Amino acid sequence: MSRERLLNGALLLALILIPGWALYADEPFTITLATRAVIFALAAVGLNIALGLGGLVSLGHAVFFGIGGYAMGILASHAQSYTPLIEWPFVIEGTKSMPVIWLVAIVASSCAALLIGLLSLRTSGVYFIMITLAFGQMMYFFAISWPAYGGEDGLSIYVRNGFPGLNTLVPIQFYGLCLALLCLVLAFNARLMRSPFGLALDAARQVPERVRAVGLDPRRLQLVALVISGAITGLAGALFADLNRFVSPTMLSWQMSGEIMVFVIIGGVARLFGPVAGAGIYVLLEHLLGGVSEYWQIFLGLVLLMVVLFGKGGVVGMIAGRRRDG
Amino acid sequence: MADPVLATHGLSKAFGALQASDAISLDLRAGEIHAVIGPNGAGKSTLIAQICGSLAPDAGRVEFLGRDVTQESTQARAARGLARTFQTSALAMEDTVLQNVLLGALGASGRPWRFFSRASRDAALRDRAEAALEAVGIADLCELRTAELSHGQRRQLEVAVALTLEPKVFVMDEPMAGLGQEGSKRLTGFLDGLRAQAPILLVEHDMDAVFALADRISVLVYGKVIATGSVAEIRRDPLVRDAYLGDEA
Repeated sequence: MSRERLLNGALLLALILIPGWALYADEPFTITLATRAVIFALAAVGLNIALGLGGLVSLGHAVFFGIGGYAMGILASHAQSYTPLIEWPFVIEGTKSMPVIWLVAIVASSCAALLIGLLSLRTSGVYFIMITLAFGQMMYFFAISWPAYGGEDGLSIYVRNGFPGLNTLVPIQFYGLCLALLCLVLAFNARLMRSPFGLALDAARQVPERVRAVGLDPRRLQLVALVISGAITGLAGALFADLNRFVSPTMLSWQMSGEIMVFVIIGGVARLFGPVAGAGIYVLLEHLLGGVSEYWQIFLGLVLLMVVLFGKGGVVGMIAGRRRDG
Repeated sequence: MADPVLATHGLSKAFGALQASDAISLDLRAGEIHAVIGPNGAGKSTLIAQICGSLAPDAGRVEFLGRDVTQESTQARAARGLARTFQTSALAMEDTVLQNVLLGALGASGRPWRFFSRASRDAALRDRAEAALEAVGIADLCELRTAELSHGQRRQLEVAVALTLEPKVFVMDEPMAGLGQEGSKRLTGFLDGLRAQAPILLVEHDMDAVFALADRISVLVYGKVIATGSVAEIRRDPLVRDAYLGDEA
């Protein structure tokens, strides 16, 4: 077994054991922290498909994260006020059901990714970064100036949404749900990396001219990657809003996009468990240092600097060495 | 005479004041190797780029299998059976040798939209990929990372990827470049047999290889074809000797 597999197993085991430890040590808040880390990891797994596998440096993934969040906020707020979303030509009611909310979040964020991808994939490099950033800012200011759904103040819901058979208000149950989704998406990601599509996408990142020369269109491959990526980050957004029972334009801000990218870079670009390691480290630092100083992000910056300067392949790369596939 | 498999008609391309292609008309017939030679800066790479679709000509057209493909993208032409090799290897360096040929086989299959199956366990892709590696004699390297290959091995892999496409035409941009005597001799022998599979438009600097392989030679100077003919005709042509071959021939 390779070192990376051992590391991945250890990370997964840690995530499974955290609730047990929290109960044992009587620190229930740890579960909420771990939930936060798992959801961030999920968002970053999404970005990693575009960034790591597809080579698309998107500084606009908060768009998908925020769309997921607002999918939750809008549907749940209508359900809690018993007013339909629209009444004509047919009635669409709000909902408090997580599976429905997730589906809407995934569909809405994939559509956004398709649209953004169609326009931004005409460019590459710095221009791609800038255009995804621009879309992010557009969505951010749109959310701020849309009073129907809270504008700048955002939207709160009173009770966390429901999942059949679970009591999502119990932190450990909601955590289990989020962790299960993360595992599902990681399993999908692992398959994707080795699939024919993954092979072509990985080559499109390295040598697009070669991919064209064998008869495939690198841009179409990248577009599909961006849609998959956006869908996953959108799902994470819905969970994040549910965790906080609150969604606001902050979720759409470019700082959010930057944070998701930081998770990926700290953990390891294109590494399966990179986003998990990165999000874990981020939440840990935030918790440990956030209490010491409100300028804790200075330390985060130092960590990021060290990783970028000395650890090609992020934390996972430092521990497990160079990426191997096959 | 049978219709040519690949033909250019009056292909012209200018970069500012520089006429890189000046009304180039040439064709490639079934079963032949047609070599394009010329001094550095003669416009050979520009010609290939237009034939393969990575550069749009200012005027003229490219015909492939009797169809005007001038407006088609590189990938559409490749899907029709136009396989090229690159002058400087364009390979996925982070991937293994096998993955590079698998990519070719995947392109040829036209079915990249599979997200769950494993590319390396797809028997059809794998057979095709391994056959290509074997044909060029680097099957034993298949698990190596491409970045670890020697220059010569990369050139062979470059040809192998083109083979996986099982194309109707090969367009090869200096496949012998940097190979050394032994390597280029071996590749010459290989290309000699390959023409039976599909004709080759061969851009090459190695004159020994060109004279050994070519059924016809076109000489490109300053974007213009100054002569086309058999090896013997080209060797004799005073214009060619003056412009390019010098005393070498």
